[in-house]
Amino acid sequence: MKLWIEKQKYLIDFTLSSLARRKAKNVGLLLVYTLIVFLLASVMLFTHALRHEAAHVLDGAPEVVLQRMVAGRHDLIPPGTLERVGRIRGVQKKEGRLWGYYYDPVVKANYTFMAPSNESISSGTLVVGAGLARARGLAVGNAISFRSYSGKLFGFTIARILAQESELVSADLVLMSEDDFRGFFEIAPGYFTDIALSVVNPQEVRNVATKLSLQFPDSRPILRDEILRTYESIFNWREGIVLALASLSILAFAIFAWEKASGLSAEEKREIGILKAIGWETGDVIKMKFWEGALVSLAAFLIGYVAAYLHVFHFSSSLFAPVLKGWAVLYPRFELNPVIDGFQVATLFFFTVFPYAAATLVPIWRAAITDPDSVMRG
Amino acid sequence: MIFQPAIIALLLASLVCVALLVAATPYAIDIVRHWNIASGSEKQLVLERRTYLLSTLLGFIFATQLVALLLFVFNAEKMSAMFVGAMCAVGTLNVNVFGFPALIAQIVVFFLASSWLVVNHLDTRAPDYPLVKVKYVLLLCLLPLLLVSAVLQLRYFLGLKADVITSCCGSLFSEDAKGLGGDAAAAAPLPAMIAFYAALALAAGTAWFYRIKQRGAYLVAPFSAIGFAVGMAGILAFVSLYIYEHPHHHCPFCVLKPDYSYQGYWLYLPLFIATAAGLGVGAIQPFARISSLTAIAPAIARRLATLSAFMWALFAAVASFMIFNSNLVLLEG
Repeated sequence: MKLWIEKQKYLIDFTLSSLARRKAKNVGLLLVYTLIVFLLASVMLFTHALRHEAAHVLDGAPEVVLQRMVAGRHDLIPPGTLERVGRIRGVQKKEGRLWGYYYDPVVKANYTFMAPSNESISSGTLVVGAGLARARGLAVGNAISFRSYSGKLFGFTIARILAQESELVSADLVLMSEDDFRGFFEIAPGYFTDIALSVVNPQEVRNVATKLSLQFPDSRPILRDEILRTYESIFNWREGIVLALASLSILAFAIFAWEKASGLSAEEKREIGILKAIGWETGDVIKMKFWEGALVSLAAFLIGYVAAYLHVFHFSSSLFAPVLKGWAVLYPRFELNPVIDGFQVATLFFFTVFPYAAATLVPIWRAAITDPDSVMRG
Repeated sequence: MIFQPAIIALLLASLVCVALLVAATPYAIDIVRHWNIASGSEKQLVLERRTYLLSTLLGFIFATQLVALLLFVFNAEKMSAMFVGAMCAVGTLNVNVFGFPALIAQIVVFFLASSWLVVNHLDTRAPDYPLVKVKYVLLLCLLPLLLVSAVLQLRYFLGLKADVITSCCGSLFSEDAKGLGGDAAAAAPLPAMIAFYAALALAAGTAWFYRIKQRGAYLVAPFSAIGFAVGMAGILAFVSLYIYEHPHHHCPFCVLKPDYSYQGYWLYLPLFIATAAGLGVGAIQPFARISSLTAIAPAIARRLATLSAFMWALFAAVASFMIFNSNLVLLEG
């Protein structure tokens, strides 16, 4: 065993110095390889971080949301429904929520208006999200007025601007008191936008949803798990599409690697010829070439991955964000929390190192079977 | 649902492997038919050179298969969030009928590939390559299996539909369930434990015995296979219960979840390595009599037997540690 390790150490040592002798060629390969890893790793890290963020955001969401439907469209929950829901076993907490959308013609964007239940906001004041404050140039104490859908003008003062950390979910948020909300949208007391239910036992959630749809045939329950699953599918799908497109570049890279590995220079050929003449076997040459590939792969993988990490988490993935994030007028500015997933590293490895290895197999063999005499004579 | 990164990676890997294998087959047949180490003809020289390529190629393919198995299970585990009713890999594998066959085919390919790699290693150590023909005949036998595995995997991934309501591990591995999983789950803990430790002791014992006395090599492989089956059944029957600290949750896949801090990998890695090494000891025995291998074969077998024995011991130790560390009481008194 010790002998084996010693042998590999010498082989690696030899390979490194042989790589260093042909800097230009190997640096070119390393650059392209690194770029491929960087591209794919950026996409993967970014989507994974987004997925993580979505799951994190939904952690605090209610397990079930009940919406009333009229003619297939979302409608207000009438008075009395909330009381009837409470009798379903397994429901620990229920709460009628008030929220809605408001189109602001000034910045041509939709805001989310909401009357929070856990925070009291005094009448006539607003708490707004950072994205909105930026778009309208608002600061604490400023006055702002909105024309309601009935045509009346409502004036508010800004009491607070929400912290930047929550911008991913609060960019377009406007929080107001319940009275203001009902007055602005002319919603009579007792009516709600929807009902949020918390169910403690995760295995009960489906039963609760079934009971709800039986008891309230005019409404639809939306499960948090469903939302999570949808997010998961969407992000995976986007990531998959980008990777499928990128596989063309992987193919190009594989061809490039094939070319590089088979285009042995006269000097390299002579080197292999001399090695074989002094007693190296074909197997040894293959081993040396294997180490060469392994070292280049490892270097490219590490450099590419670290660069992708910096790109995504320190430079807000400026290169791919438009494709993967989607688009909106009031787009939140956010920093993603760094998350690394072993599974993704393994997948990335399959996407990059595997094609490289497959593409260089035959050229390596071709190089290794070179006849010493033919090389040295020529 | 084919646009999932890991699925694309797995399909890419299996496609490339199958393509390489199919491309290599004519050469393999050529070698099987014309190989003659005593000849100095040009044809033989070409064939000798080709064996280097084929050995490297196959080593690469089979090594990929070993990693692909891990990725396959890992992927199934990760995707469970996307199917209604799935709580772990079982649900994902159950989405269509090809899931479990694909997994089983991959496990079979895993062990056959590892045995082939052992034979290959043995062959390259001898100066006259005595096993070249055997190796490539074995390869031709392996080829259909690899194809089946790749097709099953492809069918499975193509058939993944998000709107299927799948069943979770609770229904598949419960005491009332029909089939092997249910039977293993229904086993009473004490007899199951006795059988588990007895099988492990036998597997480790035969391997260790071979290491010391260089005898009983043909026992190592079958006892390793039995050890694998009983080990899996033991995980189903009681080890999983201790990990979950729940008397009725018999799932062999949930142990891989982060919720249980990936403890399953500590169980499965030694189990798979021990079995593969044990099978490897058996795989090289038929060739131990060949004159150029009389010294090499026992040395390699001995090393494999040592590895196997250690891994069985490690597997038993890990399982016992999990049992002792658990708050669940299955056996009174």
